[in-house]
Amino acid sequence: TMAATKASKEQKYDRQLRLWGDHGQETLENAHVCLINATATGTEILKNLVLPGIGAFTIVDGHTVSGEDAGNNFFLSNNSIGRSPDKLLDNDPEFFHRFTIVIGVQLPESTCLRLGSVLWNASVPFLICKTYGLIGYMRLVVQEHTVIESHPDNALEDLRLDQPFEEFKNHTNSYDLDSMDKKDHSHTPWIIIVAKYLEKWLSEHNDQLPKNYKEKEAFRQTIREGIIKTDGGVPEDEENFEEAIKNVNTALNLTKIPSSIENLFNSEQCNSITSQSSPFWVMLRAVKEFVHDEGKGSLPVRGTIPDMIADSQKFINLQNVYREKAMQDAAAVSKHVECLLRSVGKPPESISEKDIKLFCKNASFLRVVRCRSLAEEYSVDSVNKDEIASYMDNPDSEMVFYLMLRAVDRFYQQHSRYPGVYNYQVEEDINKLKVCVNSLLQEYSLSVNIKDDYIHEFCRYGAAEPHTVSAFLGGSAAQEAIKIISHQFVPFNNTFIYNAMSQTSATFQL
Amino acid sequence: LLFSLFREKKRTKVVELTENMVVDGGSGVSFEWGGRWSHIKKFLERPGPFTHPDFEPVYSFIFLFLLETCKILVIGAGGLGCELLKDLALTGFRNINVVDMDTIDVSNLNRQFLFRPKDVGRPKAEVAADFINSRVPGCCVVPCVDCINLSRLFLRLEFHIIVCGLDSIVARRWMNGMLLSLLVYEDGVLDPGSIIPLIDGGTEGFKGNARVILPGMTACIDCTLELYPPQINFPMCTIASMPRLPEHCIEYVRILQWPKELPFGDGVVLDGDDPEHIQWVFQRSLERAAEFSITGVTYRLTQGVVKRIIPAVASTNAVIAAACATEVFKLATSAYIPLSNYMVFNDVDGLYTYTFEAERKENCSACRQVPQDLHFQQSSKLQEVLDFLTENASLQMKSPAITATVEGKNKTLYLQSVPSIEQRTRANLSKTLKELGLTDGQELAVADSTTPQTVMFRLCFTS
Repeated sequence: TMAATKASKEQKYDRQLRLWGDHGQETLENAHVCLINATATGTEILKNLVLPGIGAFTIVDGHTVSGEDAGNNFFLSNNSIGRSPDKLLDNDPEFFHRFTIVIGVQLPESTCLRLGSVLWNASVPFLICKTYGLIGYMRLVVQEHTVIESHPDNALEDLRLDQPFEEFKNHTNSYDLDSMDKKDHSHTPWIIIVAKYLEKWLSEHNDQLPKNYKEKEAFRQTIREGIIKTDGGVPEDEENFEEAIKNVNTALNLTKIPSSIENLFNSEQCNSITSQSSPFWVMLRAVKEFVHDEGKGSLPVRGTIPDMIADSQKFINLQNVYREKAMQDAAAVSKHVECLLRSVGKPPESISEKDIKLFCKNASFLRVVRCRSLAEEYSVDSVNKDEIASYMDNPDSEMVFYLMLRAVDRFYQQHSRYPGVYNYQVEEDINKLKVCVNSLLQEYSLSVNIKDDYIHEFCRYGAAEPHTVSAFLGGSAAQEAIKIISHQFVPFNNTFIYNAMSQTSATFQL
Repeated sequence: LLFSLFREKKRTKVVELTENMVVDGGSGVSFEWGGRWSHIKKFLERPGPFTHPDFEPVYSFIFLFLLETCKILVIGAGGLGCELLKDLALTGFRNINVVDMDTIDVSNLNRQFLFRPKDVGRPKAEVAADFINSRVPGCCVVPCVDCINLSRLFLRLEFHIIVCGLDSIVARRWMNGMLLSLLVYEDGVLDPGSIIPLIDGGTEGFKGNARVILPGMTACIDCTLELYPPQINFPMCTIASMPRLPEHCIEYVRILQWPKELPFGDGVVLDGDDPEHIQWVFQRSLERAAEFSITGVTYRLTQGVVKRIIPAVASTNAVIAAACATEVFKLATSAYIPLSNYMVFNDVDGLYTYTFEAERKENCSACRQVPQDLHFQQSSKLQEVLDFLTENASLQMKSPAITATVEGKNKTLYLQSVPSIEQRTRANLSKTLKELGLTDGQELAVADSTTPQTVMFRLCFTS
């Protein structure tokens, strides 16, 4: 039955639903992934997408299984389209338009560039993965990827203590700390305590907030003096006051729109809303308008407060003040959304209240990832020389592996094989590979030094695809694909290198 | 040092080599085929600039050790364990023991890929071993479902490398202690032959870590105990009289209401895996929450709080297990210098790794031979010592049993786990150290579930 299937899926996916929620899971189940090349790396990526419940996958692979494949690949029977990606590009490039994301594994440079161009123009995200010896490589190619739920690890609270809103002020006014009994006094939320003492401070300091360490310390002292004392003058144990003192530093953070959000406000997509604009940009524009209007220069209130020592009623009441303000602000943003939608001829219901609320709650955490195209990365005119050169100041930086992978691709183009595949080739290929390295550096006018050791090592690898490195990349790539599909958490931008020799990694923007 | 030791072990068991490297599984059937190990071969038969100084590119020699001789113990057949078994099997390791006491649950199936819905209820170690043995010809994974036999397993088999994919810090510390107890010191000098490397992996949501521990030589689990801050439980007064969060309501039902109402009968303990139990807790939690106008109690949250569920996905487990398996390969073959010694991974925002060398703690209670000093006043009560042992971030003991030699006789000062002894020694907790007859500089022996060996402390009286 439908209900039974749903229940068993809830159980099966429970551990991951706690990370991306039912709505995130839905995006996975509606996605169709294309994997090109079912090598060890490819199948590991696929396994890590099938396990969390990807809706559909298509494998494009023109190779037949060899003894080598059976050695490093856990999965040998698969449903694969027995045509090579190059043939598809020749005959039916629109084949790739149907996919939520295309993952290309162990592809030569020429195929990557061709595919990259097709997918860029079709706005289909493209994730390139390669395991080469003990090196893992990933490249994400996506024009514009918006993230509402980035789930930041250490987010600052949105308490507005530096610019309290009307309803909050009214709420703090309902407290009179001096006339409370001990029980109430000791169970008043620290946010109220800081607000009260801040009010006093402002009246005594010409409306200036405590700015430097000295002033903040003095402010903390005023709070400390507010702790109830016994008849003998000994301060009682008031944990809520201790919390207030501890939180002064962050509580006094100025409410500010993060520069990243300001940048988004200033972007082209935000300023020219059309009927083609995605809900993300429409909502962002609405928030921008809110900021300049009802928000009086601030983002919509987030509406959450951290837990703190307080009795239930006081805490819930305070929480409700923030929640109601957040709802109010979201409603105001909604009106702007409706206006915008009408202005481009779309029905106002096309963006739901629920989505707008979620957007407002995450207004400080929005992220937009834009990766450069492969064409830009590879073109002599737009290659990111600065990034490459500055990392290569350290000749053992992971950047050297990126350059070696490029050189190896060059070798493949020239010799129709990879260096050092057979034992007898290792020695003689070193010089051939060195020629490729030098021609690469010359073509891009890169005056960096690549140690001979790395050239030797890459011949030694003989294009091996050892299972453990494939598995590392398999996990990494699958999660990046899930980020793209679910629009939750933030994908890397745009080149990732993993070095299994030292168990280190780096991300570059090329 | 360590690797020359491995070479010794290898030398004593080298089998005659044949040209085609056909490996006989005993039944006369060949498990090899052309090219099977070509991806691994390249790392074992070719010299290179980044190999370990001890590395000798003699493929057949090293590879035979890997295939025939090297014994690996994998602890845990769950999220990390399944991945580890696959990774090791496809890297050539054939003599693998896997230990796990657990049975398969539906919620495992989103990442523990050796299990299928039909396997739910069966022991993880057995199903995992079956799957790998069928899928990877020649691989021999031997399951062990019984934890008590673990010590016997150790005595019987000489493992070369241990890999841990555990989900509990207590178990890790126990394993750590076990390997430390096997170390042999001659005249205060550690015999490298007694070192068994421990590779430890851990994951939680999108975060993970992999570390290499050479017991007695590098930082052990206890050396870096502060990296695992103790689990914070909500204060009782919050739960009992002023809940604010939905979690507080759930804990109220679990800790206070269930023992009082015993809804499923006397002596029936709350079982997080029983949906009926969770449903009961969920309903009562809703009622509690309604009393205080608290929103947010859901079935999922209830289950999460009761079972202390940690979110988990396939990808993080794949990454960490792969890193661990790479280290096993390096240690077994000397192909590369092993990770030194701790890698942290996080892919919430892009992909982030941080690799560093955790240092041995000077006064580690687990791996240092010297008794740790305990500073207390003569007038301090034994309870204070007990509290210190449990609350101190570097010790984090669970329920330590303290004994000492008083006037020539071995005296149990306090022991919690045996009710009759607990009753007998409870009064000691409120006595002062002086009253108990303890002297300055004397040693206390402490036993606890976090370590298989007794930990020695030295009392230092302060004024």
